[in-house]
Amino acid sequence: MDILNNWAFVGIFAVMAPVFPALPIVIAWLLRPHKPNVLKSQTYECGVETVGDTWVQFRVQYYIYGLIFLVFDVEMVLLFPWAVAYNRLDLFAFAAGFLFIFLLADGLIYAWRKDVLAWK
Amino acid sequence: MDCPGLCEALANGGVNLGLAQFISLFIGVVLVSGVPLVTVIFLIWIERKVAARIQDRIGPNRVGPFGLLQTFADLIKLLIKEDITPTAADRLLYNAAPLVSFASVVLIWAIVPFTPYHYGVDLEIGALYFVAVASLGTLAIMTAGWASNNKYALLGAFRVVALLVSYEIPLVFALMVPVMLAGTMSMVDIIYAQSSMWFVFMSPLAMILFFISSQAETGRAPFDLIEAESELVAGFNIEYSGMKFGMFFAAEFLHVFTNGILLTILFFGGWLFPLWNEPLIAFAWLGLKASVLYFISLWIRNTVPRMRIDQVMWFNWFRLVPISILNLLAVAFLVKVMQELGLAPRDLAQATLGEVLPMTIILFLSNVAIAIGLLGQVRSVGRESRLATETAQTATAVGD
Repeated sequence: MDILNNWAFVGIFAVMAPVFPALPIVIAWLLRPHKPNVLKSQTYECGVETVGDTWVQFRVQYYIYGLIFLVFDVEMVLLFPWAVAYNRLDLFAFAAGFLFIFLLADGLIYAWRKDVLAWK
Repeated sequence: MDCPGLCEALANGGVNLGLAQFISLFIGVVLVSGVPLVTVIFLIWIERKVAARIQDRIGPNRVGPFGLLQTFADLIKLLIKEDITPTAADRLLYNAAPLVSFASVVLIWAIVPFTPYHYGVDLEIGALYFVAVASLGTLAIMTAGWASNNKYALLGAFRVVALLVSYEIPLVFALMVPVMLAGTMSMVDIIYAQSSMWFVFMSPLAMILFFISSQAETGRAPFDLIEAESELVAGFNIEYSGMKFGMFFAAEFLHVFTNGILLTILFFGGWLFPLWNEPLIAFAWLGLKASVLYFISLWIRNTVPRMRIDQVMWFNWFRLVPISILNLLAVAFLVKVMQELGLAPRDLAQATLGEVLPMTIILFLSNVAIAIGLLGQVRSVGRESRLATETAQTATAVGD
């Protein structure tokens, strides 16, 4: 199979994949009872009426984890080509990639020393 | 685009070429995705049976022989159960979340090579595709928690941001080790690169890291904080009922087995074992290896207690991430040195056992050295905290 065929397959798969879970949901929609009422459709918080808005700002700690993850994730995308070409690399290109991982580790150590990684 | 097999037959039969290609690809998609869809029905039964045995119960045993039809009974119940959408919820995202959750797991199966000749696609960037698709699941859980407009659900979604996102880093670093050793991201070629030696013997640490972080990615015990019953009632899926809840449920069960399959492909040689040239035997080997790993995953799930969120985060950022980076550096450095010295082959797919053996031994020993250093460190930390507790206790006793 050539590359276009491969991606056509992935494309059809990506369209079909949500259809499989949608099918039983639609069948259930046809079979199940529909009797909504005001009390049933309330937000479920163990019987207590909900107080205040749910969609509030959340703690900055979560964002910090998100940011560190983003840094690592982007750099890992850059590392994958290096890993694929690894067996054919000469020493210079190898050292460059190696240095890059060190820089990554340096970022981790910085966050560690800044004490932002521990859950507070 | 070329047009082999069924497509060619259709085109010769007078069907428009484009349509013939579409039909053959479509049938391929249905066949490949049929495997996980059929598997999940039996996985639910296996999971409940294993959990019951570990907890000294019998488990489902009423519907059908050995309770095998229990899943179908549950399915009928879910189908005719009323499905409540809370008025406060964001309807579009609320309904989309279960679909994305299940689709993210099914999509992984597109790149799973079942046998040497039968697979959906052999993408050149298979490993990267897996990372991309698997993180869709995190997105689905976040969407579900946010769209439900429920405080418990939102708290569950908060934890997803922290937990699942953090555990993806050691997962991808561990994934990079087989990619580096095989020199390719294609799943089929990664399996062929293990024809003389499985990667688990070259880097057992990477295998363990991948196993732990993929267990966390499924959001199950000991990492099931996103749906911690005692704190969050049900976590992100609290507002879901009926079939929509069922989809989250099925996605989670399937995800565990999918992780077993991926571990098998990346570290245990996929379908490689005696007689793997026969498609059926190859498929059996893959399934057998994946089942063993799946069982270990269930075993952990049912015996290890849930960790607190601060412990989980500490374990990831101060243990798994540094070890995964260290392991990657060690493997990269050692293999390169050995390649320059001529001790390691540059193409593992063509290498014989004799050529691979020195490399395997050295890599294995380096992994053992890292593990010993780590255990020593854990031991000294444990000793310190024990001493601190004992001193505190003695002080209290004297104070009395």
